[in-house]
Amino acid sequence: MSATLLAVQTLNGLQLGVLLFLIAAGLTLVFGVMDFINLAHGVQYMLGAYLAVAGYQLTGSFWAALLFALVVSLLAGLALEFLVFRHLYDRDHLDQVLATFGVILFLNEAVKVIWGAAPLSVPIPDLFDGSLQLMDNLRYPVYRLALIGSGLGVALLLYVLVTRTRIGMLVRAGATNPDMVAALGVNIRRLFMIVFGFGTMLAGFAGIMAAPILSVEPGMGDNLLILAFVVIVIGGIGSIRGAFISALLIGLVDTLGRSLTTDIARLLLPPAAANDVGPAIASMLIYILMAGVLFFRPSGLFPVARS
Amino acid sequence: MTELLKNRTVPVLLFVLLALVPVYASLFDDRFVLLFATRILILALAALSLDFILGLGAMVSFGHAAYLGLGAYAIGILAAHDVWEAWISFPVVILVSALFAAVTGAISLKTRGVYFIMITLAFGQMAYYTATSLSAYGGDDGLTMWGRTEFFGTDLFANDTSFYLVVFGILLGSYLFLKQVAASRFGRVLKGARQNEARLNALGIDPFKYRLAAFVIAGVMAGLAGALLANHAEFVSPAYMSWHRSGELIVMVVLGGLGYLHGAILGAIAFLALEEILSGYTEHWRLIFGPLLILVVLYARGGILGAFKGRGK
Amino acid sequence: MKKVLSALAATTILCSASAASAESLKIGFLATLSGPPAVLGQHMRDGFLLGVKENDGKLGGLDTEVLVVDDELKPDAALTKVQGLLERDKVDMMAGVVFSNVMMAVYKPVIEAETIFIGANAGPSPIAGKGCSPYFFSTSWQNDQNHEVMGKYATQKGYKRVVVMAPNYQAGKDAIAGFKRHYEGEIADEVYTKLGQLDFSAELARIADTKPDAIFTFMPGGMGVNLVKQYDQAGLKEGIPFLSAFTVDETTLPATQDTAVGLFAGAQWASNLDNAANAKFVADFKAEYGYAPSLYAAQGYDAARLIDGALERTGGDKSKDALMAALKTAPFESVRGDFSFNTNQFPVQDFYLVKAVNKDGAYVTEAVEKVFDDKGDAYAESCRM
Repeated sequence: MSATLLAVQTLNGLQLGVLLFLIAAGLTLVFGVMDFINLAHGVQYMLGAYLAVAGYQLTGSFWAALLFALVVSLLAGLALEFLVFRHLYDRDHLDQVLATFGVILFLNEAVKVIWGAAPLSVPIPDLFDGSLQLMDNLRYPVYRLALIGSGLGVALLLYVLVTRTRIGMLVRAGATNPDMVAALGVNIRRLFMIVFGFGTMLAGFAGIMAAPILSVEPGMGDNLLILAFVVIVIGGIGSIRGAFISALLIGLVDTLGRSLTTDIARLLLPPAAANDVGPAIASMLIYILMAGVLFFRPSGLFPVARS
Repeated sequence: MTELLKNRTVPVLLFVLLALVPVYASLFDDRFVLLFATRILILALAALSLDFILGLGAMVSFGHAAYLGLGAYAIGILAAHDVWEAWISFPVVILVSALFAAVTGAISLKTRGVYFIMITLAFGQMAYYTATSLSAYGGDDGLTMWGRTEFFGTDLFANDTSFYLVVFGILLGSYLFLKQVAASRFGRVLKGARQNEARLNALGIDPFKYRLAAFVIAGVMAGLAGALLANHAEFVSPAYMSWHRSGELIVMVVLGGLGYLHGAILGAIAFLALEEILSGYTEHWRLIFGPLLILVVLYARGGILGAFKGRGK
Repeated sequence: MKKVLSALAATTILCSASAASAESLKIGFLATLSGPPAVLGQHMRDGFLLGVKENDGKLGGLDTEVLVVDDELKPDAALTKVQGLLERDKVDMMAGVVFSNVMMAVYKPVIEAETIFIGANAGPSPIAGKGCSPYFFSTSWQNDQNHEVMGKYATQKGYKRVVVMAPNYQAGKDAIAGFKRHYEGEIADEVYTKLGQLDFSAELARIADTKPDAIFTFMPGGMGVNLVKQYDQAGLKEGIPFLSAFTVDETTLPATQDTAVGLFAGAQWASNLDNAANAKFVADFKAEYGYAPSLYAAQGYDAARLIDGALERTGGDKSKDALMAALKTAPFESVRGDFSFNTNQFPVQDFYLVKAVNKDGAYVTEAVEKVFDDKGDAYAESCRM
């Protein structure tokens, strides 16, 4: 593998990591602050993507679609919070799993009823339509750079919000000791609603940003939900910093792994066996990584002390 | 005494009704009910084993479907090499599932809570991807078995009714066994470890060993369910061990009512029967099924059994 | 999901409820209708239902009821559903099936119940070869064939170095095996991706680095959408010809649109095949469902036409022996033109190089040239009936 190819692959890994971070950030916030397992986070990502498609079909502009999808994602998230989730905060984790699983079934089917089963898409906005010549015959779409940029922007925004604002302080306090925060007279319900709404919007935003490069289809959030859980568990639940680092780590390991494992297997094994073993290991790589991390650090890389 | 009786009415009634399924099937000449009930009981066995570790020990395994697949593949691969005898294949199933459970359990049990959920998922996914890469045994297309396991030359497995009874017997045996275990000192340690680990440590008991033993017992039972599933479908596929299936098993257990053991069986019946009935009405049955699950959580605390109990009070 | 086909069929069934069941026909139709690949099942089902509807709900003069069932892409669940159709609903025949793993799970029970089975998509090699059965007929292809088309075409074009890429599962491996069967050049790289993979940038960078004469890929469903869009965005479309199977078709074109225009695929059907049956099918399908049919829809439609033709020939006699003998002669006008059954009861048909085009604002595939004429599959020899 040449140095340029390695550099390109690293860039690709970063971009996957950033997308994962956008999804995982909301999940880890909700989980960390509210101790709420929201399996529906994946379908909220899907909903964001579908709303982007709908917004684009209505207006013909990516930016209008972005605004539309963000607002409607937030409203849909708050409606879900009001109807379902707020009754589950003081429940057992497994009750939350069952109820949010119900939400997954419902929304996956609902988008199919509304938008049909066929995959949909949104074109890349004109502003980012160009591409950079990275290798002889490989162009790197500017949109992907924009995606990386927006992910880093969100990370920075979250960092500032969490470390520099009152809400952020409450969020941090809430993650370590929710009872104390409530005892101090903070309206914990409202705090939860804000955090949840914000988490929902982040998931929706990830869906919107993914729509121009990935196919928008029913069930598109299911596998990403699992990946997002892998991210937050490796990072340490509730830790934004952990989610960020672990998302990038997984993006890189997965991307480079896909590129390298078969090559390595071919050095060690006959070609036919290598073609069987290499891709299988590449698929497992992030799970092996997670099992390894948890074996040595049972609460993830950046555990949040919870009292 | 009445409490005891009440605790037993539901499971006794449940098993009596299940035992009557073949009678119904032959009276009304309804082979489908028999086949469908067989499938339900097989998945109920897997759900039962999950409830044992989940309800009793709070170990939420999100990779439990891996054992279904392991058991099924053990049967399927042996059959592909022309080994059909139950006295060879079933011990292999037990050995393989026990080994997998012991190794992954020993690693997973170092973690707690959601970390445990995710690490068991990781092992489940590893098993899944291994199965899809088994080109020699059909890979993702799966492996067709051209027959069923033989039991000392009898057609115990091949005949629909006797196969149902075999599945029913294994389920009943497992249920009674787990009930015994739950009531024993072993079960009390497991429950104690869930509630207050520090106290057990103070008593000089290491809950890890108990948890691991329970994890292995559950793994073996789910492996047996997999072996039965392979025989029922006469087909083995990696789809048996996808994380969706693991998730469904958890849903069955929670839906039925956590920690009662027979709740898991009820949950499996309710889940699969509802799916079958609702999907008979509309293609978009999930639009009904999803909200139904939410309503169960919101208004029937503790699943189906919880709803019953709530009314009793 | 079970749906009585048309109001008309339903009323005729009600009116003639007392009539002997021999007067009507009940078909169990199994298709994947949930999850991301639901669109394939939807096309196949809509094609089949159109074939029934066009005949006023009668196939071969018999009132026809189609019980459509979703297999959820779970082999064991599919088996239960099929058992329900066979045992409870007592269907006269089975049809459909999108995916090979579902086919492998339900094939044996259907055949063992001695029920006629018209496969409208999946054609795994065991069924075409050693495990073939007189009860099974296919209106699609054997799994390898559309890939063979691309291999043959790559050889004809004189491509020396080709990168092949498919998801790491059985159908993916079969696809690559099929491509290699008629490809004589060098395989520059063999890439297997994760099933359901979303982002192909790592693989595309690798392909750009390898600089092949062409790439061949099999990426069904959403994976194909992602790959095609990213292939275009990476600027590879201009430099490296894109050969594919089941990747660029009318199920994915609504999402890929311009990014797919000009990409090639191997197929047995395209919207512009010049015959009367096809012109009628394409027009009627669009009018009925409001979207352009794909090869899956064509296969479903042909399955219904085949059943109609065979029953026509037996004079409405649906007894197995008579019907199987009639089916074997393929007594219908296929939308793909030439069509007859091989010894393994898979089609002998022509295969084309097809290309994605934008035709008056609609994105469809059009045949560019015929690559194989009257081609059977490689497994028919090992079929002993």
